[in-house]
Amino acid sequence: MSFCGIAEVVINQKVGPEHYLMRILAPELTRLAKPGQFVHVRCSSVLDPLLRRPISLHGIDYERGTVSLLYQVVGRGTQLLSEMKPGAEIDIMGPLGKGFSIPDRANRVLVIGGGIGVAPLFPLVQALKRYKIKQTVLLGARSADFVVGADQLASLEVRVEVSTDDGSLGYKGFVTDLAEKHVKLNKPDYFFACGPNPMLKQLLKITRKFGLAGQVSLEERMGCGVGACLACVCKIKVASGRCSVAGVNEGAPIDFEYKKVCTDGPVFAASEVILDD
Amino acid sequence: MTELAVNLGGLQMKNPVTTASGTFGFGPEYAPFVDLNKLGAIVVKGITLKPRKGNPTPRIAETPAGILNCIGLQNPGVDYFIEKSLPYLRQYDTPVIVNIAGNSLEDYAEVTRRLSAAEGVAALEVNISCPNVKEGGMIFGTSCTMASEVIGVVRQNTRLPVIAKLSPNVTDIVEIARGVAEAGADALALINTLLGMKIDVYSRKPVLGNIMGGLSGPAIRPVAVRIVWQVAQAVQLPILGMGGIMTAEDALEFILAGATAIAVGTANFINPRATVDILEGIKQYMEKYGVKDINELVGAAWN
Ligand SMILES: Cc1cc2nc3c(=O)[nH]c(=O)nc-3n(C[C@H](O)[C@H](O)[C@H](O)COP(=O)(O)OP(=O)(O)OC[C@H]3O[C@@H](n4cnc5c(N)ncnc54)[C@H](O)[C@@H]3O)c2cc1C
Ligand SMILES: Cc1cc2nc3c(=O)[nH]c(=O)nc-3n(C[C@H](O)[C@H](O)[C@H](O)COP(=O)(O)O)c2cc1C
Ligand code: FES
Repeated sequence: MSFCGIAEVVINQKVGPEHYLMRILAPELTRLAKPGQFVHVRCSSVLDPLLRRPISLHGIDYERGTVSLLYQVVGRGTQLLSEMKPGAEIDIMGPLGKGFSIPDRANRVLVIGGGIGVAPLFPLVQALKRYKIKQTVLLGARSADFVVGADQLASLEVRVEVSTDDGSLGYKGFVTDLAEKHVKLNKPDYFFACGPNPMLKQLLKITRKFGLAGQVSLEERMGCGVGACLACVCKIKVASGRCSVAGVNEGAPIDFEYKKVCTDGPVFAASEVILDD
Repeated sequence: MTELAVNLGGLQMKNPVTTASGTFGFGPEYAPFVDLNKLGAIVVKGITLKPRKGNPTPRIAETPAGILNCIGLQNPGVDYFIEKSLPYLRQYDTPVIVNIAGNSLEDYAEVTRRLSAAEGVAALEVNISCPNVKEGGMIFGTSCTMASEVIGVVRQNTRLPVIAKLSPNVTDIVEIARGVAEAGADALALINTLLGMKIDVYSRKPVLGNIMGGLSGPAIRPVAVRIVWQVAQAVQLPILGMGGIMTAEDALEFILAGATAIAVGTANFINPRATVDILEGIKQYMEKYGVKDINELVGAAWN
């Protein structure tokens, strides 16, 4: 089930150069929420911009009945979101999608967030903590001021390491380089990741090389958010020998099928995703 | 009491509100938000003989008060639909209209035969107007003889009501409407999306994976209303009107222009309860202005 209706903006504050944190009072939605899921929000009450925007659940407070969103202003929709004042009404739909699932056998987990991809990782880190699973969180960003949430994660008493492209904070280089070092040195047995596609692509190369299993959260442009329009698809490997009915072209080699990021994901098993350039 | 029932070319509907193909999935997607029993009919995503993968992403882009899409008729194929989607839809007391598309006349004929033999299909909406597939689709709908041939073939293979869904991407839609009427269509669905495109000026590349896409949403409403108005007065077939309907007022505009029933498309993405909200709004309008029967409003703007 999902909620769709008007909720109240409790806080909407600037937390980085282009980043905002919005807390929303929506008990019905919160009650159903799980780590890795997202909400579909309207940024305007008029017809332009028309579509809702998908934003991950960054915080889930079951007691207070609030969810929080961590978002980066990249265009008109997110700009309008950033202008909403506490007390304002927001049209919100969710929780949507399939979130992270915590594997039984994981003992040492690597959690990797690139850029605003850190947003959905917070509720995951909290859940891993509750399960008493050892974890290391790697955060990658352009530069020091684009690193968001490192303090908050540190306050959860998990090990956090940061990389920046320009070296202004932590390791100088890509978070995927940092990840490779970790995989070699500390031999984690599972990973979770969210970030831009080029980062995920590089990460999958590394994790596949070392045979490390995990889950990745993907992004694609969305229409409906509920699986009806087929706008948000991503390529998923079709296991050989199995002939999928859902979406195979006549004559085309049976190597992938399109799955919906909004309802089949946004979290997928790392072993099954195919990322194009 | 207000009378909301309409008859769309032999298809009896308890009210005039349906869903536009491709915007409402196969039903279950919106069931958490809408009581599907309340709808006049459900029009499902376009179905082809064989499964189709669809186009590469990005498949959607936003434009002023509209969207461009190039889904490319991704669908699991007719057999999967009959086996997996129809049983779900049969639980509801709402007629199911299946939108069909094909690459060839033989494809249309075979899909028609299989759906006509299945239990729970109330009517066929024949898509001869999809702008997003290379073969078939719109090519059938932009030539008058081809459009008539497709409808003729579907007609020969079914006793179900046949609704011809026309493309607005033509010079003279009235001519095509007359052609498909002669070929045996029972009703017309107007309109499919308008062919459009968007370019990202920073990357200097088209935004959509398939370069061009179909424009839908409020941006196309005036065009759709004009087409319904023209065709309804020229052709003696009931019309399923659509194109940018967001509110009850928008829906009423189509009915006044000559549509017997209306379909809600892009609006579902913005308001998942748009269909039932629009139905409620139509009822309120009728009560407020003393309209006893919705059919009184069909084409009421003509004189
Ligand atoms: C499941 C999911 C979860 C997400 N979670 C978050 C989050 O927690 N925080 C956050 O800041 N962002 C998140 N995003 C991305 C966010 O939805 C987009 O940044 C937003 O829709 C952009 O809207 P806009 O109007 O500001 O920008 P637009 O003007 O629409 O676009 C600006 C730029 O953003 C890109 N873009 C637009 N839509 C998307 C999209 N759906 N996914 C990726 N890129 C897009 C465009 O290509 C363009 O370059 C998520 C996306 C998905 C699919
Ligand atoms: C994402 C999307 C998918 C669509 N898929 C189909 C389809 O499979 N078959 C079809 O006949 N029309 C399809 N259409 C067209 C709609 O049914 C409708 O004719 C059009 O969108 C105009 O209505 P609207 O402005 O209310 O959306 C699609 C439209 C959208 C936006
Ligand atoms: S956004 Fe419509 S199917 Fe995913």
